[in-house]
Parts: sequence; C-alpha cells; structure tokens
Amino acid sequence: MATVFEKPKSLTDAPFHYCPGCPHGIIHRLVAEVMDELGIEGKAIGVAPVGCAVMAYDYFACDMIEAPHGRAPAVATGIKRCRPENVVFTYQGDGDLASIGMAETVHSAARNENITVIFVNNAIYGMTGGQMAPTSLPGQVTQTSPYGRDVKHCGWPIKVSEMLATLEGPEYIARVAVNNVKNVKNAKKAIKKAFENQIAGKGFSLVEVVSACPTNWGMTPEAALKWVESDMLPYYPIGVYKDRSAKEDE
Amino acid sequence: MKTTQILIAGFGGQGILFSGKFLAYKGLMEDCQVSWLPSYGPEMRGGTANCNVILSDTPVGSPIITTPDVLIAMNTPSLQKYVDTVVPGGQIYVDSSLIDIKVERNDVDVFYIPATQMAKNEGIATLANMVIVGHLLENHPELSFEGTEEVVEKLVPAKKAALKELNMKALNMGMTYNK
Amino acid sequence: MAERILMKGNEAIAEAAIRAGCRHYFGYPITPQTEIAAYMAKKMPKIGGVFLQAESEIASINMVYGASAAGMRVMTSSSSPGISLKTEGLSYIAGSDVPALVVNVQRGGPGLGGIQPSQSDYFQATKGGGHGDYRMIVLAPASVQEMASLTIKGFDLADKYCMTSMILADGTIGQMMEPIVFEDEEPKTYEKPWALTGTECKRPHNIINSLYLKPEELEKKNFDRYEKYKLIEENEPMWEEYMMEDADICVVAFGIASRVAKNAVVTARSEGIKVGLIRPITLWPFPVAPISAAADKVKAFISVELNMGQMVEDIKLASQCKKPVMLCNRTGGMIPSPDQVLESIRKVEKGDN
Repeated sequence: MATVFEKPKSLTDAPFHYCPGCPHGIIHRLVAEVMDELGIEGKAIGVAPVGCAVMAYDYFACDMIEAPHGRAPAVATGIKRCRPENVVFTYQGDGDLASIGMAETVHSAARNENITVIFVNNAIYGMTGGQMAPTSLPGQVTQTSPYGRDVKHCGWPIKVSEMLATLEGPEYIARVAVNNVKNVKNAKKAIKKAFENQIAGKGFSLVEVVSACPTNWGMTPEAALKWVESDMLPYYPIGVYKDRSAKEDE
Repeated sequence: MKTTQILIAGFGGQGILFSGKFLAYKGLMEDCQVSWLPSYGPEMRGGTANCNVILSDTPVGSPIITTPDVLIAMNTPSLQKYVDTVVPGGQIYVDSSLIDIKVERNDVDVFYIPATQMAKNEGIATLANMVIVGHLLENHPELSFEGTEEVVEKLVPAKKAALKELNMKALNMGMTYNK
Repeated sequence: MAERILMKGNEAIAEAAIRAGCRHYFGYPITPQTEIAAYMAKKMPKIGGVFLQAESEIASINMVYGASAAGMRVMTSSSSPGISLKTEGLSYIAGSDVPALVVNVQRGGPGLGGIQPSQSDYFQATKGGGHGDYRMIVLAPASVQEMASLTIKGFDLADKYCMTSMILADGTIGQMMEPIVFEDEEPKTYEKPWALTGTECKRPHNIINSLYLKPEELEKKNFDRYEKYKLIEENEPMWEEYMMEDADICVVAFGIASRVAKNAVVTARSEGIKVGLIRPITLWPFPVAPISAAADKVKAFISVELNMGQMVEDIKLASQCKKPVMLCNRTGGMIPSPDQVLESIRKVEKGDN
C-alpha cells in the first residue's frame, strides 16, 4: 500500500499538548517538514521558549534546549557562535519575543545573528490563561484588559516585522498566516527560506506567523480563523518586510 | 624582612600609575615580591589619582598602603592628605614646581625637586613623574639604576618608541639632580 | 621555570581562561572588571575564539547557557549589579546541569552601590541568588596568582560536576598587579555526551531543560543534584591555615580581607598574642573541617569582611556555636586597615568581647 501522508521525521512521536484548534500543531509541522526537505534534522538545534510552546523540546526530533522567558535568541546566539556548522532556530510566542525578550530579539537581529526565528503571534498570552500581549489589538478583551485594550492606558500593539525591518542588520523578515490553506502553503515557503538563508550563511531570518488562540479568545476554532482574517491581518498585513538578498539581486 | 611601601599621588594625567608600574617592574627585575594597586574609577580622568607600590623580600600581605615608607606628592592636595601618614624615618618627594608648601615634620627626609619645571625646560613636561622616580632610584641603591632601560622598554609601547629615550632622559635628570 | 610576569588580577583571569581552553566569552561592560572583556576582545579573534559584547548581562548569561549546552568551555564576567541580572540565567544553568564559569569582581551595594571593592555578594554567591534549590561552587582568590589558578580550577570543577563555578573576587584583587607565573599545562577535557551537537540522525535527541511539570520528577532531580552537592562538600573544600598550630584566637577572612588580616596577625604575633588565620578558598563548599577543629582549641573567632558580616553565620554553623564569633568589618567599598583588625585581636586577647 502506498503511503500518502506521514509524520515528518523531524517530529517525535510525542503527542502535542496543544488545545483543540490551536495552530501550533500546524506550525510545528511546517518547521519539521522544512527540516526534512532540507535534510537538516541531524544538525539542527532548536531553542524552545517559555509560553505554550515551552515543551517544543519534546516534539522536535533534533537536539533541543529550553530557554528562559524571552532569552531564546541569546541562547541561540551562544549555540550558533560555538557551532556555526549547525542549524540553530528559535520558536517563540508574542509575549516571549515581543515583550520580555524584545532586547534579545532586536539585538540578535541587529547583529544579523545567523539564526532562524519562528515567531508565533496570536495576540495573547496563552499558557498563563489569556492575558494581554504586546501584540493584542486595540480594544481586544483579555483577562488583563477586561474592558478591551485601552491604548491610552497601556499603549499600542507592537508590529514586530515592520519594526525589525527598519534595522540594517537582519537578512529576512516576513509575516505569514496559517488561517487558510493558501496562507499555510505560503507560510511554509517563508519558513523554508528562513532556514535556507541560514544554511547559506546570510544571517538573521525571522518569520512572524499570525496565528490563533481559540481557547483564550473564547471562540470556536472556525470563528478564530475568521477573526484572524477580519481583525488580525488588517492590523498585521502579510508580506515580506525585508529581504536583503532579493534586493541585491534586483 | 625588608619591605618598602611607596605611595604616589597627584592628578590624573601626571603619569602616577605609569611611574608606579615602572617601580613595580623594577622590583620584579630585582627579584622582589611586588604589588601595584591603582585607585580606579571616574577620578582617573583628571581628578586625583594614586597608586600603591609595595616592594618586599617576603610575600606581600595587604597591597593597600596606610603608612607609606615613601610618598611621592605631585600636587598640593596629595601632600596635605598623606604627609602625616608617612612613617617616621620615611621619605617624601615633593614636586616643588607645583607645590609651594613645605613639609613641617623633622622625622622624615624630604626631597624638593622642581620636576615639572625641569621636565618643561627639556620639552618633556609630562615626564616630571619620571624625574622624581629617577631621584628615588638614586636614593634606593637596592633598586639600582642598572636595567632601567629594559624596564622602560617593557612599559613603553612599540608604537611610541621615541618615548623610551625621553623617559630615560627624565630618569637621568632626576638621578643627577643636586649632585 | 616559566617566567614571572606582572599582571592585573582581571587580566590574569582572562589569560588563565584562555589557557584552560575557554574560547567563548560573552559579557557586558561594568566597573571594576572591564579589563577581562577588553583582554578577551583583543585575544579571542587571534586564536579562533569568540568574544561577543552582549546587549545586557541577561543576554550574556543566556549566551553562556547556549554555548555551554553546545559543549564548550565558556565564561562571562561582571560585577555585583550585573551579577544580580545574571542570576536568572544562573538558576537555569543550575536546573539544566550544564557547566559555566562566572566571575564576580565585587563592588559595594546594594543597588547601584559604588565601584570600590566589596565582599557584600557573599550571601548571593553562597546561598543561591537565583530561585530554586541550587548551589554554585564559589572560589575566592586572594592574589593575582590565584585569580589565574582558581579560574583554571573553576573550569575543571564546573565540567566535572556540570554546574556553575563562580570566581568571587573584589575590585582590589581585580585591579592590582602582582607577579604571576603561568605553568605550561594542557587543559583538562571532559566527556560531554549530553551536549547539543546535532543528532546526525545517529542518536536520540539531547534535551537541555530545567522544566519538570511533574513534582515527583522535579523532586527527584533536586534530590539527585543534592547528592552531587554532598560529594562536593566532602571532596572539594579548600582553605589555607596560617599560624594556627598554637593559636588561641582564630581570624577567618577570605580574598582581600585575608591579606589585611594576615598583616594584623603578624603584628599581633610580634606582641606575643597567639593568633592564627583560616582563609577559606572555597566559600561553597565552606571549609567546615578546619573551623570545627579550631572551635575546640581557640577562645574566639574574628570574621574580617568587607560587608556587614555575611560569613559570620557560616563560621557559627561550622563551629557549632562553640565559641563566640566577633566581626571586624568595613563596607560600602571601604577596607578595614590592619590596625583595625589588630585592635579586634587585642580586644579578644584582653577578653573584652
């Protein structure tokens, strides 16, 4: 019998702990498929964040380390500077990357650290039960913004891709989404490019994946994907924000 | 046991730490036990600077000097601050072209050397410190003048080779002063 | 014999680290230890190593965490306020059982404090600092030579026990120059089968991690780690004894304070006072044995410290409170003079404690 669908080799057999309808599973799979296709499982070293993906070290079959909250890019820097021949990536959420770890994010990008960063933006703190994130939308109701995010009181969401693209340092900054099949396919292309860039020695490549959190948004998975389309993407438009090599090729 | 505790004090920029280093290296060369401790921090940039050098024939205990055997004072505040800490029978070297007060103690040997003026006359004003150190060497036969060039060689970076000769000149001026 | 050269304490640490095989340094500038970073910045690129100035102390300790997880000998250095920032990483490094060498050239605190020498991070270094049940091996050099030898020792102990070794120095030892001799020794190497090297698809993946959501598992991890700590307490304490044979007063001091104290002991002996010195070289594990032995023969201990007496309780514990422990101290960047220590010794001798 012909195999038509199987689990990527770069994922272990451990069952995901993610909530029903959570796109983390899709994004893990995309990263693993890319590792398989590039044949880098044996030399990849992944850095897990603090947040919902904290146990990513159990799911990816490559060598893994779990970093303190927000520090994944610093940990990845340490690894990559020791083992430039390995492929080093971080997998981080919005609280981890854009709030507590902003300094590590900006400075690893500014150094054009030759690492790949997968940034999952679902506009909320998931693991701690749905608090306001640095990327929560204006007016968004969360446990710590129960009357909706009041930008006069707690400021505006941070558009990470746009901001990092202003830096000289990074090689590649792109925003993708995983709310429909077409977007998922494009997300994989961007993730693949982010890994290929590292293998080619081009430097810091970050893919911001606009994701969903049905549980903490208080929506069905289907409604959550619709909310991505109607509310998230207008604020966080899909696109390539920086691609130094493409620019040089022009 | 013979231990000599030398305190050098003045303004930042007068080569206080450098002259301390010179003495420490000279001691090292004479097979002494040595410690060199600078003051550090913002005062190094233009404020007061001082440096503790201990030369001994037994291992140095505390590198911090509270009662120096030798004081080199390169400005008035330093002389005023440390004059009474010098042990009876000790030595005080005063740059008399920068300090116009006199030491009012009879139990120490005081050497007034117009070092800054002497150095200025030769166009090497910044080496007044080494003029005084030269005179100190003359008074401390255990350190001897021998091998001095080698020490200067060690301390002056290769890029500033011209400074070696000038340092030797300053040391010689100090050594022959009042002779 | 190798040549005697003059070197600053901070530079001696850097040179010794390189000789110990350390090729990766991550740091952030802070007085009074910046010479270490400057030395590394100059040397590392020339010997195929990496010097990287991080954006913060937090980032630098996490770079150390990553580099160590990758199997390398790696270090960072800082001074008191910077070490506070690094404690998060130190806790993770402890919880993940990877080696690291961390240097603290202490300055006065708390807060931004001052920049003059201090020993006021004794508690932070020996009792934890970061969160959780953990220990660090704490080495307290008292000379430029020891800045070097304990750095090498620190790397070896860190690799042997897979944990952090901290060099707890102070601004004086960091800034002073003394003669030093480097012996030509090959650095020791240790097997690191746990290191992140890439699986090459030939072995199950290695995971470096400090998260255990099941309390039974986390408890077992901590129990196991404390078995290791027990071994260290049995095998690794280091100390120096000076004139203790017939002493009936025991001065206890480490680092720069021990040198001041030694001067005072010499003077007191010349006055006929039978006083000796115990200098802990490892602060954790604390040298319990010599203190305990001294407790049976001396009439009192005098702890000489550049802080408010943080070591006093360790002396009391080690001596099982058999004899009084006096404190002779300065703090905030001040250093006690030999006379101050001598005065304390005379007081104890006269019996007016």
